[in-house]
Amino acid sequence: MSIDSTQNHINPVRPDPSTGSGLKADVEGWAGFDKLSPNGIKNSSNSINNCLLEVSDLQVAYGGIQAVKGISLQIAPGELVALIGSNGAGKSTTLKTLAGLLQPVSGEIQYDGNSLKNIAAHQRVSMGIALVPEGRGVFARLTVAENLQMGAYSRNDKSEIASDLVRMYELFPRLAERKDQLAGTLSGGEQQMVAMARALMSRPRLLMLDEPSMGLAPLMVKKIFETISDIAAQGMSILLVEQNAKLALQVAQRGYVMESGAITLSDEAKELLGSEAVQRAYLGG
Amino acid sequence: MLNAPKIFLTIGGKHQRHAMLVLMIATLLLLPFITDVLLGRGWVRIVDFAMLYIMLALGLNIVVGYAGLLDLGYIAFFAVGAYCYALTGSPHLALAFPMLFPDGVHLSFWIVLPLAALIAGGFGVLLGAPTLGLRGDYLAIVTLGFGEIIRIFLNNLNAPINLTNGPQGISRIDPISVSGVSLNATQEIFGITFPSVHLYFYLFLAFTALVIFISQRLEKSRIGRAWMAIREDEIAASAMGINTRNLKLLAFAMGAMFGGASGALFAGFQGFVSPESFSLMESIMVLCMVVLGGMGNIAGVILGGVLLALLPEILRHSVVPLQQALFGKSIIDPESLRMLMFGGALIAVMLYRPAGLWPSRVRRRELNTDEADEKV
Repeated sequence: MSIDSTQNHINPVRPDPSTGSGLKADVEGWAGFDKLSPNGIKNSSNSINNCLLEVSDLQVAYGGIQAVKGISLQIAPGELVALIGSNGAGKSTTLKTLAGLLQPVSGEIQYDGNSLKNIAAHQRVSMGIALVPEGRGVFARLTVAENLQMGAYSRNDKSEIASDLVRMYELFPRLAERKDQLAGTLSGGEQQMVAMARALMSRPRLLMLDEPSMGLAPLMVKKIFETISDIAAQGMSILLVEQNAKLALQVAQRGYVMESGAITLSDEAKELLGSEAVQRAYLGG
Repeated sequence: MLNAPKIFLTIGGKHQRHAMLVLMIATLLLLPFITDVLLGRGWVRIVDFAMLYIMLALGLNIVVGYAGLLDLGYIAFFAVGAYCYALTGSPHLALAFPMLFPDGVHLSFWIVLPLAALIAGGFGVLLGAPTLGLRGDYLAIVTLGFGEIIRIFLNNLNAPINLTNGPQGISRIDPISVSGVSLNATQEIFGITFPSVHLYFYLFLAFTALVIFISQRLEKSRIGRAWMAIREDEIAASAMGINTRNLKLLAFAMGAMFGGASGALFAGFQGFVSPESFSLMESIMVLCMVVLGGMGNIAGVILGGVLLALLPEILRHSVVPLQQALFGKSIIDPESLRMLMFGGALIAVMLYRPAGLWPSRVRRRELNTDEADEKV
């Protein structure tokens, strides 16, 4: 794994909501939006092998139909990992399970050294896991500003939320122009921006994106992926699920290829981009 | 600006708005007397019932308008509240269980009212818990069934033990008395004579104001916003850190508590309850008030409540005399005309004002932005 160890310390230590009183967010800085500072906090709570997220032998089923058949994957702090595969491979199911929206049949999810077993979806958000759902899932009849406010639902530090809001409008100037519009009236690309900004408002340490390119014009896809690289460059750990394998592997450091519920390949993103098997299956020759 | 009681106020400067507010309060306070003089005592009673319907509609608005959970059995909570009051405030328990309650229960109104609200809230959770995974049509069917189950229970729980007195209902319910003053008798205060219906009007007015206040605070609160997020997209709401299970249960419970409280007021006012007051038609009526008036908007819901509560009475008092004047006899029964007009009004509103007669701020803006986009 190619992880720059200096990126490690910019992930602020988040209190564990299952033990502590919870939501006092870090003041020192936040992975995505403060420039790397050499005097950041040393994050000591990672497990020995230095993983933010470690999934082992995860199995998920809908009723009797097994959608995810025992997959394992790791994400190091600050890493952008792509999970690619065709329709129905189980990618979204994997993400939903990691977010706590689905219950696994078996397997283990370790986040920041702690098991996520029996931790509900809403608690995972305050632990720093944020999901941008498939199809964006913006609150159509709330305004853009209200959508972003909802992203900070798990926090109660009012002044920090206000300054994060300003940062979001800097990151997505388009949203600043439209902050009083109903999210449902925006274009698909703008809605994707709302969904991403909303997820970032929870100050995540792990951002999970489910098919951000879905249904967007090519120009908008390019823009969204540029933003994803920007966020990643600032130190956010990202798990990116995509059908558009080429784009995803271009921005990612590592990639996993998923086929009918199992991971068939995993390597550096560059290697996967060049690999013949991936070329043939996903990149159209 | 956000917290101001602005629901009735639309345009005009600050002074104008204050003047309008004062005028509105004065009108409301004088309403029973004005109605009495202009239309007769019977109409004051009708206005009282309209207030009860407004409270019910506002309660349902929490469940349907804010949290987006379609509830077709809402009247069941009204029934639970009404029977709570009826059982504790009538000789029925003393007659049915002379060993347990030799003198009946006869608790103070201020104890029974919160009790009725709490028990109804409990029933709300009882309905909410098994239906957490359901949405839309499926939820509507289950809630419809729930409403019927409650009514049928009330209808049949006169055997083996006579708890509800079955279809005959419970009569001789104590009137509501506030700090020793019975509302069932004419009272003289400061030299002004207040007939019973007037006294009930003021009681209901106070409670309606309280319900409006609570609804308004809820709408702007963290809880209210979480409900709206759940209404818009439950998965995304849950991914935002919202505990969707607890908040949906809370919506059911809050709505049910309002229903239960108005049920208790109804029982005290009416002095008699029976299962037939709580039919499916009533649930649909209350839902129509919410939808017709403007889902999610307090002012709209009040408007819907007033219109639909008064419409049948206006018809009853105008259709028969009108027909007699025109044809010399009554040809169409006002009751059947009511359903015809009601259906027509519903279709017209859904066609021309799909967001309701008085839509919420957001819905209105939604329509405006659509128009703005078209112009661009």
